[in-house]
Order: sequence, then C-alpha cells, then structure tokens
Amino acid sequence: MLDQLKMPARNYLNNGHGLASWLLTKDHKRIAIMYLISISVMFFLGGLFAVGIRLELATPAGDFVQAGTYNKFFTAHGVIMVFFFLIPSIPAVLGNFLIPPMIGAKDLAFPRINLISLYIYWIGGVFTLYAMLSGGVDTGWTFYTPYSATGSNSNVVPVALGIFIAGFSSILTGLNFIVTIHRMRAPGMTWFRLPLFVWAHYATSLVQVLGTPVIAITIVMLAVERGLGFGIFDPSRGGDPVLFQHLFWFYSHPAVYIMILPALGVQSELISTFSRKTIFGYSFVAFSSVAIAVFGFIVWAHHMFVSGISTYAAMVFSFLSFSVAIPSALKVFNWAATLYKGAISFETPMLYAYGFMGLFTIGGLTGLFLATLGMDIHLHDTYFVVAHFHYIMVGGAIMGYLGGLHFWWPKITGRMYSEFFSRIAAILVFVGFNLTFFPQFVVGYLGMPRRYHSYPDEMQVLNVLSSAGASVLGLGYLLPAIYLVWSLKKGEVAGPNPWGASGLEWQTQSPPLTENFVEVPIVDREPYEYEHVAAKEKHLV
Amino acid sequence: MSGHVSPISLYITIFMALMVLTVATVGAAFVDLGQFNFLVAMIIAGFKATLVIWYFMHVKYASKLTKLTVATGIFFLAILLGLFLVDYGSKAFTQMPPFLS
Amino acid sequence: MSNVAAHADDRGHAHAHHPALQHHFDTMAQQKEAAVVGMWVFLLTEILFFGGLFAAYMVYRIWYFDAFAEASRSLSLFWGGLNTAVLIGSSLTMAMAVRCAQTNKRTATVNWLILTMILGAVFLGVKVIEYADKFEHHHVPGYNFQWAAAHEAPAAGEHAVAASEGAAAAEGHRELSLTPAQLQLTTQIYFSLYFTMTGLHALHMIIGIGIMLVITRMAYQGKFDQEYYTPVEMAGLYWHFVDIVWIFLFPLLYLVERHV
Ligand code: HEM
Ligand SMILES: [Cu+2]
Repeated sequence: MLDQLKMPARNYLNNGHGLASWLLTKDHKRIAIMYLISISVMFFLGGLFAVGIRLELATPAGDFVQAGTYNKFFTAHGVIMVFFFLIPSIPAVLGNFLIPPMIGAKDLAFPRINLISLYIYWIGGVFTLYAMLSGGVDTGWTFYTPYSATGSNSNVVPVALGIFIAGFSSILTGLNFIVTIHRMRAPGMTWFRLPLFVWAHYATSLVQVLGTPVIAITIVMLAVERGLGFGIFDPSRGGDPVLFQHLFWFYSHPAVYIMILPALGVQSELISTFSRKTIFGYSFVAFSSVAIAVFGFIVWAHHMFVSGISTYAAMVFSFLSFSVAIPSALKVFNWAATLYKGAISFETPMLYAYGFMGLFTIGGLTGLFLATLGMDIHLHDTYFVVAHFHYIMVGGAIMGYLGGLHFWWPKITGRMYSEFFSRIAAILVFVGFNLTFFPQFVVGYLGMPRRYHSYPDEMQVLNVLSSAGASVLGLGYLLPAIYLVWSLKKGEVAGPNPWGASGLEWQTQSPPLTENFVEVPIVDREPYEYEHVAAKEKHLV
Repeated sequence: MSGHVSPISLYITIFMALMVLTVATVGAAFVDLGQFNFLVAMIIAGFKATLVIWYFMHVKYASKLTKLTVATGIFFLAILLGLFLVDYGSKAFTQMPPFLS
Repeated sequence: MSNVAAHADDRGHAHAHHPALQHHFDTMAQQKEAAVVGMWVFLLTEILFFGGLFAAYMVYRIWYFDAFAEASRSLSLFWGGLNTAVLIGSSLTMAMAVRCAQTNKRTATVNWLILTMILGAVFLGVKVIEYADKFEHHHVPGYNFQWAAAHEAPAAGEHAVAASEGAAAAEGHRELSLTPAQLQLTTQIYFSLYFTMTGLHALHMIIGIGIMLVITRMAYQGKFDQEYYTPVEMAGLYWHFVDIVWIFLFPLLYLVERHV
C-alpha cells in the first residue's frame, strides 16, 4: 500500500527556497523546524558537558579536570539543558508545528511574534554560549546568592542575561499559544474536542507566561547587585540570600512543569493512538494539566527546606507538594486504564511511551520522598536529588520529546524512518538511562553530595556503572540523529496518516500545505474516536 | 466594528477621581494611623488601579476572557506575595535577620 | 475526528477584506480580539515581573521599617506628587487618543498622542532631577552611598551609641533602633530597591514613548480607521499599565511614614 504513495507536490517545505525564505518565514511549521535544529545543537553541546562530568566521576580522585573547571562543567550542562533545550523542546518544536493543524487553524495567532521569539532565543543562546565558553560560570544553574552576587568571579551576569533574553522567547511562545488556543479554533472544535496535547500546551503556556517574568526580575536584581553594587541579596550588604532562593524557585519549580507538561500531552496522544482506544477519562486528564500548572506555583519552597526558611513554612510547603502529586498520578492511572483491553502495538513512539510511564512514575514518587521534610534533610543536595530530577527530565521529558518526534516525524517530513534502527535506539535509551541514573539514587542515599568532583573510593562501583550507562545513553541519542536525517532522502513516503491516528493534524497531507488545510475544516466528532478511524482507514489512501 | 466608545465626560470624571485620590493618599500619610497607614495607602492605590483598568483600559466592556486574564494576574500576584508571607511572616515580622542583630 | 468538509465563504467573507486583515484570521473582530487578549496576557507577565520586585520590597520593608521610613522621608514629596499627577494626566490624554482613533478623528488622535508623549517626557525629566539629587546626596547604592550621619560616625564599637543619637539628631526625626552602621546598610537596601523599581518603570516609559512615536506616525499617515485602530489601543493598554505601576510605587516609595 505504501509504495503507491507520492510526496505531495505542494507543501510547506517546497513553498519557497533559499535561506531567506526560511529566515523571514512566518509559517509556524518552518519556524518549528528551525527551532528543532537549534535545540538539537544545544542538546549536543549540553551533552558534551555531561560527558565531561561523567568522565571526571569515573574515578574517585579529582583527576580529569580541576574542581573549578568541574563546577563550570555542571553549570554549563544545567544551564544549556534546562533553559536552551528542555524548556523550548516540545513546545517550540512540536507544539509550534502541531497546535495550528490540531485545532484546524492556518497559523498561530501572531506569526510574526513567533518568528521574533526564535530570534530572541538565538540571541540569548549565542550570548550565553559565548559567555560560557569565554570563561564560564561556576555557580550551578541555580545561581544561588551570595556566591553568585559577590563570591564567584566568573561570567555570572552575562550568562544570567542570556537566560533573561531567552526567557522572553519562552514568554512569547506561551502568549502565542494561549491566544491561539482561545481564538483560532476551527468551527466545531470545542474545548472538549481539543487533543490532550493541546490542553497540555495550554497549561504549559500559562506557566511560561506567569513564571518566567519572575526569573527575569530576579536576574535583573542579581545583575544590579553584582554589576552596580546595589544591596539586595548579599548579607554583607544587609540583604537576604534566602530571598533569592524564594524568587528563583517561584519560577524554577513551575519551570519543571514547563518541561514535563508537554511531554504528558505527547504521552496521551501516543497511548491512545497505539492502543486504538479513546483516552480514559478525557476531561480528568485535560483538567489535571491545568491543575498541575496552578498547583505548581504553590510548592516552590520544597527546594529550600534546609535553607533557613521557617519550620512552619516548611510544613506548609511539604504538604502542598504532596497535593501536586495527585493530578500527576491521575494521569498515569488514566493511561493505564486506556491501555487496558486496547489493541496495543509496539511501534517506536509507543516504546518511548512505555518507557515514559515507568520512569515518570519513579521520578514522581522519589519527588514525594524528597518533599517529606525529614527525608529531605538527609537527601537534600545529594545524588538522590540528581537522580530524581533526571528521572523526570530525561526519563520523562526527553522520552516524551523523542516519542513525539518519532510519532510526528512522518507528518513533519512526509517520510518514515527505519523502524528497525529506531526501535534499537529506543531500547538503548531506556537501558542506558536506567543504568546511568538508578545507581545515583543509591549513591545519593549513601550520602554522596552533588556538585563535587571527587568522592570516597567505596562509591566507585556505582559511579562507574553510571558513567558506563551514560555512554549507552549517548549512543541511543546519536542513532536517531543518523537515521532521521537519512530518512529525509531515503525514507519511505508516509502518506497523510501512517499510524491511523484520529487527530485533525493527520487529516491533511504530509508534509502539510503552508496553510495546513485546503479548506477550513469543520469538526463534528469527539476526540480519539478510534472505532471510526479504523473503519475509515481503508479509504484514506 | 469599533469597540465601545466611552463618553468624554466619563474620562474626565475618572481623571478627577484619580487626582482626588492622589491628594487623599498623601493626606492620609500625614495622619498617624499606626499599622493602618499602609493599609489605607494600599486600598487607595488599589482603587485607583481599578478605575484605570475598568474605564481607561476598557475592561468593563471587554470579553469575559479579557476579564479572566486580568483576574489571573491579580490572583498569581497574590500567591506570590501571600506565600512569601507564609515564610517571612512565621519568622516573626519585627525581628532583624540573624546576620544583622 | 473531523470532516474536512466544504466550508463556504460564510464567516466574515461576505464583504470585501479590510486591508489590515491578516490572512490567517477570518474577520476583523477575531483579529482584534486576539490582539486585545494577547496584550493582556503580556501585561499579565508584566504584573509578575514587577511582582517579584514588590515581593522583595515587602520583605525588606517589614524587616527594616525604620530605615525605610527614614530613607523615604528623604525623597521629595513635591516631585513625587507632581509626577503622579503628570502620569495620571498622560493616562487621560492616552484614553482620549484611543477614543479619537475609535471615532476616526485622525488629527485629534495625532495631537493627543503627541501630548501624551510630552507628558511622558515631563515625567522622565522630573525623574532626572530626582536622580541627580540622589547623586549629590550620596544616595546612590554601590556608587557613592553614604547615609547622612553614618559617614561621620565610626563604623562600630563604643562610639556607636553616641553616633546613633547623632544620626537621629542629624536626620531630625526620632530615635532609631538602628546603629549607624546598620542604618547605612539598610537604607542602602531601600535605595537599591528605589533605583531598581523606578529605573525599570522609567525604562518602560521610554519604551512606551518609542512605541508611541511609531504609532503617531502611522496615525498621521492615516493607517487607522474605526475598523482598525488596534495598535493605538494596544499602546494605550501598555501606557495605562505603566501608570498603574506608578500608582503603587508612589505610596510605597514616597509615603512610607510621613507623619512623624
Ligand atoms: C510529583 C511531583 C514532584 C515532587 C513532589 C517533587 C519534589 C522535589 C523536591 C522536594 C526537590 C528538592 C530536593 C532537594 O533539593 O532536597 C526536588 C528537586 C528537583 N525536582 Fe522535583 N518534584 C516533583 C516533580 C518534578 C518534575 C516534574 C520535575 C521536572 C520536570 C522535577 C525536577 C526537579 C529538579 C530539577 C530538582 C532539583 C533542582 C536543583 O536543586 O537543582 N521535579 N523535587
Ligand atoms: Cu520543585
């Protein structure tokens, strides 16, 4: 059946040629592609620094790099991965590409702002990278005062300003999505017919819009303190360093939901598509995204239990942190219920979805351990915390990103990648990931602090395991780079709907037209009606 | 297709009200109300801001969505300030931080 | 899930397109509503941007109330009050500009916009006078900060008590619970916040004036009519927001404790 397919003669990729047609485009799909390339570069650079970290930790002695250099490595790794890869990853690439076709719109509400956000991202990225390579920063991605305000003599202000700039790109993306989802839906596309991917992005956008300005102003305060000698956070000038942590985490805890919420949205699409069933409890899953976004704003001080906040505040925030687990767990249960008695198949995106479910659950549960006051006093700033957030950010967010990328790759490029190699890569990622990060739970529980470049001899076995796992993981990430690029020329033509998925975006050709649809679609069905699609599939081609 | 056009007299009234309230807030600052000086100042400022939002910024005539957006902003600002107070408030307001005493 | 059904030109395509209608919108109403909501979402971020500063201000005001009261009294109520009036006035002129754009009065729109910019410039001018005054009185944190009596007093030790009485006398208000060294630090926090808050506010005004320059030009060229005046309205929303920030900054910075 597939070999009869042809690439559509007219599509967004061949509508205009040459560099200018890309750099000046207002097409959300082309902008998404440029984001894809940019964040891939960032992911690679961030990965290089991770290699440096794992090399150093392969032996107990601090022998590969000096302590100061090591500090710069993990800072660069954290800053690049958090602010320049994870935060833009799914929203700016998949969200950008897919939200308009999913809701039946021709474009986002503000195409020009979309392009501007990309340029802002580039400026922020170049700024940060330059500052990082010409000297680096050694404060960690958290920039805690007073060290960042007065102690460190590295490039704190330039890197922080790079993050400040990139923050505006994130804000503008979120703003664009909110308005688009409110005002650009096709006739008949009611809120409860929206794909859960769109709901998740709506919630994410809320967090981007409400949280990012707070980190922006915090950076401004840090910059005037460091650059102009104002007194704000530095205790020797009467300031309160804990205030910085409050402001920082007011953004940065919600920011972890900027990273995970879109992945949760991808997950809902994958689970439903590959078990050929309506999602279980649609409205609960939809509202849980919004609930996570809102609850995410009231738990931040769980990062500060040992930083000198008051005991009462610690108790309040511990309790509130537990509450955010409810909507998160709800999603996992609903996916499990969706799988139940489904016609499950194991294509590559689904492999990632399975990996996601397990790893996200472990990450979330260990989050609850950490949110438990007494437990956190023991575990704070150990490798246990590192393992916790990597289970969610790498095991969750990046798995979701890769799953989504594989799922929509045929829509984006019009071609299929090699199923064989992609399954191998998915398995390598899963195995490598667990090998890398599970030992870190153990070594952290045993008391190995994070951010040191040496450790006691008896912890070497676990650390070597972790370093070995990292190389497997690295391989798992390199493979897609090869076969996905290969598929661009040699891949089989995919056709409009290779997975038989139900979403509106699969109803148009792949790759889509610049306007996404030939005519404005009218939506007259509920989401995830798989019984119907199965019947219709035969006629699609 | 133009939006709601408010009468000029309304704008003038709002302007006058804002000026009067400005004088009021300065005046109130010179009266010793103890703890309530701050409260009064903030209530007046909040009232002025509401006038500007409601009439000058046309939120009165705007869609429900716009109203909701404004409310969201105020709500999250309240979360920010309120939860800061959960920590700093329970640390005892009037005490100096340890590094200064 | 959906039918890609034929969709006749029945949504806003009945009459000829307005030249300002972008291709991905169906109607001018949809386009305008998108812009208004978008602008408000942007102002949402602005609320939280200044919100972070307000939070910092709140914490230090509670901790260092005496210092804040002292430092706040050193600001000029005259200039602060005048600026408040000027800014409220500029909000009125801005509202008039939008109204004239709504009712298709081209020249009046341009004139009101120019008047708004002039008032904005007056505000900034007064701010320059105030800042210059701070430089003169050594009230610029990090640069030359010296709280009045503190620099005559020895940093700490036995003389501190005497010096603190001296400080109170010099500032001429009431006895303080703070030593001069502490007062030096804590008033510097006040002025750090003062400069950050008013500086960012002034920056917003400068940006606002920049936006208005462009829009005045567009208005002059007749780009707007009663169907399409969105840019004027957006600039108005932004300007009013900046006004609101000042409505709060004024009592917070100038009126901490005036009655002693
Ligand atoms: C069930 C929800 C979650 C809970 C209850 C939770 C709880 C916690 C707690 C208490 C800490 C502080 C540990 C410490 O420093 O002592 C922490 C750290 C962290 N969590 Fe979570 N977490 C949850 C979900 C997430 C998610 C979804 C992400 C990311 C996508 C995430 C990312 C992080 C990061 C990055 C850190 C470490 C930050 C740093 O200090 O560098 N967490 N988590
Ligand atoms: Cu957190």
